[in-house]
Amino acid sequence: MKAKNLKPGDRLAPRQQHNWDWRAASNFIAGGAGGGLLFCAAFASLWGTDVRALLLGGMALIGAGLTCVWFEIGRPWRALNVYRHLATSWMTREAAVAPLVFICGGLALLTGHSIFVLLTGLFGAAFVYAQARILSADKGIPAWRHPRCLPMLVATGFAEGAALVAVASPFVITSAAGQIGVAAVTLLLLLIRVLLWRSYLAGLRADGAPDGSLRALAVVDGQFLMFGNLLPAALLLLAALGAPLVGVALIPAGLIAVGGGWLLKYTLVRRAAFTQGFALKHLPVRGRGTAGAAVKPGWGGAN
Amino acid sequence: MTRYVMAIDLRRCVGCQTCTAACKNANATPPGVQWRRVLDMETGEFPDVRRSFVPVACMHCNNPPCEEVCPTSATKKRADGLVTIDYDVCIGCANCVMACPYEARSIVHDVRFAYGDKPIASEAVRFDPARIAVSMKCTFCVERIDLAAQTGQIPGRDPEVTPACVNSCISGAMAFGDIDDPDSKVSRLLAETQHFRMHEELGTEPSVYYIWDKG
Repeated sequence: MKAKNLKPGDRLAPRQQHNWDWRAASNFIAGGAGGGLLFCAAFASLWGTDVRALLLGGMALIGAGLTCVWFEIGRPWRALNVYRHLATSWMTREAAVAPLVFICGGLALLTGHSIFVLLTGLFGAAFVYAQARILSADKGIPAWRHPRCLPMLVATGFAEGAALVAVASPFVITSAAGQIGVAAVTLLLLLIRVLLWRSYLAGLRADGAPDGSLRALAVVDGQFLMFGNLLPAALLLLAALGAPLVGVALIPAGLIAVGGGWLLKYTLVRRAAFTQGFALKHLPVRGRGTAGAAVKPGWGGAN
Repeated sequence: MTRYVMAIDLRRCVGCQTCTAACKNANATPPGVQWRRVLDMETGEFPDVRRSFVPVACMHCNNPPCEEVCPTSATKKRADGLVTIDYDVCIGCANCVMACPYEARSIVHDVRFAYGDKPIASEAVRFDPARIAVSMKCTFCVERIDLAAQTGQIPGRDPEVTPACVNSCISGAMAFGDIDDPDSKVSRLLAETQHFRMHEELGTEPSVYYIWDKG
């Protein structure tokens, strides 16, 4: 039965979650970008780039995200209890990776040894993955648990990381060839991000999702495509083709691409996060009547 | 083995909300928080309109997503199927709130009373500071279930060891008991009727069965 035939009482249909506000969203926004930056910085270090500033920036972003979420939790002085469920909780695993990031990152900054740089990058990637798994494990939010949400979140984390490297590259990469390489890699990651985003949206619509989630994601779809991806992609293409003043193009391209990813994650964690709502497979049969059709108020798409 | 479940006969529920009130009374939940409530669902178009009442609360899932995501292991599933929260361990991160597809969990960050800042006499006696800023939900009146082990009574049959909502139901729509006991009331009801569980497709295996027709 369609939603228009329902007169929903209170709290029948999916509703926007209000337990995770901007502080929780900031953890995914900053932590994802920071983890991606660490991974991309480690990758860049393979070509001899001095990535110490990038490592510092990545750790600062992760630290800022975790600080925000610390202010969000109800009992912050018990925060260390977060380490008690490594067996199944991705939140525990995210928290377990964080100190490894900071220890290896600190050692990389102090010693400059490449093994610590690479380990920091790997743990940064693990942090991004753990964050994506946190959302995908939350079955109460259909927009998060959709199987195409996880790869999209990981992709945007890495794309944001590469975009931040692009922003920094005029300062840390002196050769034009190196800057062109950064532009090309960032362009590739933006392309992957866009493809996964469109695939995610198509999957949500095909499989069904709360109307509110579909509406919220549709609102940012155009902005994200145009300003978050196409505009920076055009600038990166100019840079990759070796246009003059390549560095000048990389900075705005990277900043806009990062902004697009942050808009996407804020929307996903806050505005598009609608609950499952309630549904009945069968309406009760009373007296000599018959059962009514199944009801699932507030859902759009295929269901 | 014992596994406690609830069976709710949707044909009998009249939406009186007595179970809601009984739960608030038994568990002293703060204003705005209802561990159990009854949804009022009106469907169809004139002249074919139906009204259904659906009591909902924590489903005490056999495969609880809240337990899986909880980073502190404050949420646990007991051997008898009850899903519990250790208020002294929970950090109030709300990950379980996001994981629950039944909107069964609440977090209240500030102390609230029914009439302003000061508690009325009953609230003053029963206020539990341990429940502030942590996750909370229906417990299936776990204290009563645990009492049964001491008294030898049977949950679902003896009112002293049966959840308050079940005791209060005016139409006998709610039944509680051990699904592994073929002679329990819930086992017999489920054997005789057609029923479903909410959002079964998510793999949570809820322990609340909704009866919608005779067998």
